Amino acid sequence: MSQPDFSHDGIRTARGRAFRYLFMLCALLSILTTVAILLTLLVDAIDFFAQVSFVEFLTGTRWSPTNDPVAFGVLPLISGTLIITVGAALVALPIGLLTAIYLSEYASERRRAYLKPALEVLAGVPTVVYGYFALVYVTPALDTVLPVELTTFNALSASIMVGIMIIPMVSSISEDAMSAVPDSLRQASYGLGATKFTVSTSVVVPAALSGIFSSFILALSRAIGETMIVAIAAGQTPRLIDVTDPAGLFTNSIQTMTAAMVQIGTGDLVGQGAAYKSLFAVGLTLFVITFVMNLISELVASRYREVYR
Amino acid sequence: MAADTPDAAADSGFGRVSRTKDVAFRLLALAATLVGIVSLAVLLANVAVDSIGWLDWQFLTSPPHPNPYEAGFLPALIGSIAIMLLIALITFPLGVGAAVYLEEYASDGYLTKFIQLNIANLAGVPSVVYGLLGLGLFVSLLNLGYGTVFVAAFTVALLILPIVIISAQEAIRAVPDSQRQASYGMGATKWQTIRNVVLPRAMPGIMTGTILALGRAIGETAPLIMIAAPTTVFGVPNSLFSKVSAMPLQIYNWASYPETEFQYGVVAAGVVTLLVVLLTINSIAIIIRNRYQQRT
Repeated sequence: MSQPDFSHDGIRTARGRAFRYLFMLCALLSILTTVAILLTLLVDAIDFFAQVSFVEFLTGTRWSPTNDPVAFGVLPLISGTLIITVGAALVALPIGLLTAIYLSEYASERRRAYLKPALEVLAGVPTVVYGYFALVYVTPALDTVLPVELTTFNALSASIMVGIMIIPMVSSISEDAMSAVPDSLRQASYGLGATKFTVSTSVVVPAALSGIFSSFILALSRAIGETMIVAIAAGQTPRLIDVTDPAGLFTNSIQTMTAAMVQIGTGDLVGQGAAYKSLFAVGLTLFVITFVMNLISELVASRYREVYR
Repeated sequence: MAADTPDAAADSGFGRVSRTKDVAFRLLALAATLVGIVSLAVLLANVAVDSIGWLDWQFLTSPPHPNPYEAGFLPALIGSIAIMLLIALITFPLGVGAAVYLEEYASDGYLTKFIQLNIANLAGVPSVVYGLLGLGLFVSLLNLGYGTVFVAAFTVALLILPIVIISAQEAIRAVPDSQRQASYGMGATKWQTIRNVVLPRAMPGIMTGTILALGRAIGETAPLIMIAAPTTVFGVPNSLFSKVSAMPLQIYNWASYPETEFQYGVVAAGVVTLLVVLLTINSIAIIIRNRYQQRT
């Protein structure tokens, strides 16, 4: 070890190094957060799986954490989440993709300057507000328009609202990917006599496909993790997908993983019981699903970023 | 030419596509762009109309009440603002610190890539999972109490931290390298360069990003439910360890009341108040950004 350096320069270097480590700690905090999330979920989930078998949790077809007979099968919750995700995807993916094409290929600079922030507002509205909209305005409106009967709480209005919320996630990432497509490709196809429609759909979209794909996955991951809209508007009826009645899936009440978590969270289940611990088991399932999707989206997106640089 | 036959045109992507189809597609794309915006506008108009007669001074200054005509929003409003101020105090230094490290100090090694990927992933973790983190870490492990101001702020702070870091990084990256070189050329150290050149220049961008993230924080509901913040409190929080509600929680609670007066009146007033606060926060961010753009 060398002597401590108390000269003017030495103090400056020492201070610089101190700040460096301080800032590094801030950055490492993000890794600590991930570790903390994993640990809190795992510790209680392991406790839960000591009481309820892992296989029963993953393959059980009934979810009833508090009412007798108690059952902890996560499949009904996963199928509820799937219904919402599919519904939201049917709304958000085509609309988001067309929006991205419009913004990237058709819109003038000026029009884009106010359409983009207007779209961002969609993602900025608190989800509790969307949930309220779905329950109080969208469901009654759909009920008068549609030939089928809707229950007060239903998957249809909830998934439409989730879909509207995730439109900007699809459109902004897809648009970034389309803007990254080199202009020479567009010019080449215009030179061949192609119209804007052909250039957009046959050149730009295929060239930006990995970015578009990544935006889809990210948006679906958001839909899976979305909580308040489904907790307010989709109800609390865990049910398995019934293939014989596909329309009934959307017109009736369902329960997603997140809504089940809210239900347990607002109940008075403080302490050690299996019902309380099941919160963490469902949380872990949700975390693993969204984590894998976010990772795939990130990896696919980083590929297209490199291709056109 | 061969392309004159309709079949050939249909087969090859570069064949002749009719003008009508081109125009139709353009209109379709424009319509799709407007779908979300228009539906949101319609819903907002609905809620604004419904809040008329309910959103008044009495509503803003009273505690909640089972009678819709006496119900008020004050504890939730103050609770939200208290939580938000504490979140700002937590996330600003941590977020800027992490961004400075990643942009100015970190080498392009695997650790940096790993941290970066990790931050991107954290930004995508569902907020309800952050609620479980708060419940496990701050409530169960550290025993800071169910649903207190302190726990609520720390939980939501961790949730928005990745967003603050990412936007601060973008602001720091936008500072031209020539300015750093000039500072080094004057004999400044790395820290002096960061403090005197990079941070002042990046500050408007950092502020804008942080304020927008705070706007997101004010609407978060699920994490607060998970840490067992009460959906209704009748008093204004008077310490960091008093139980706190927040505007979205109170709205969630009211939305479950079956009475029409609550469904179409009181909740609408709450929603409008929440959106006005959100709009104010976002306008501040936009004003900061615009003033900064004019100066450069």
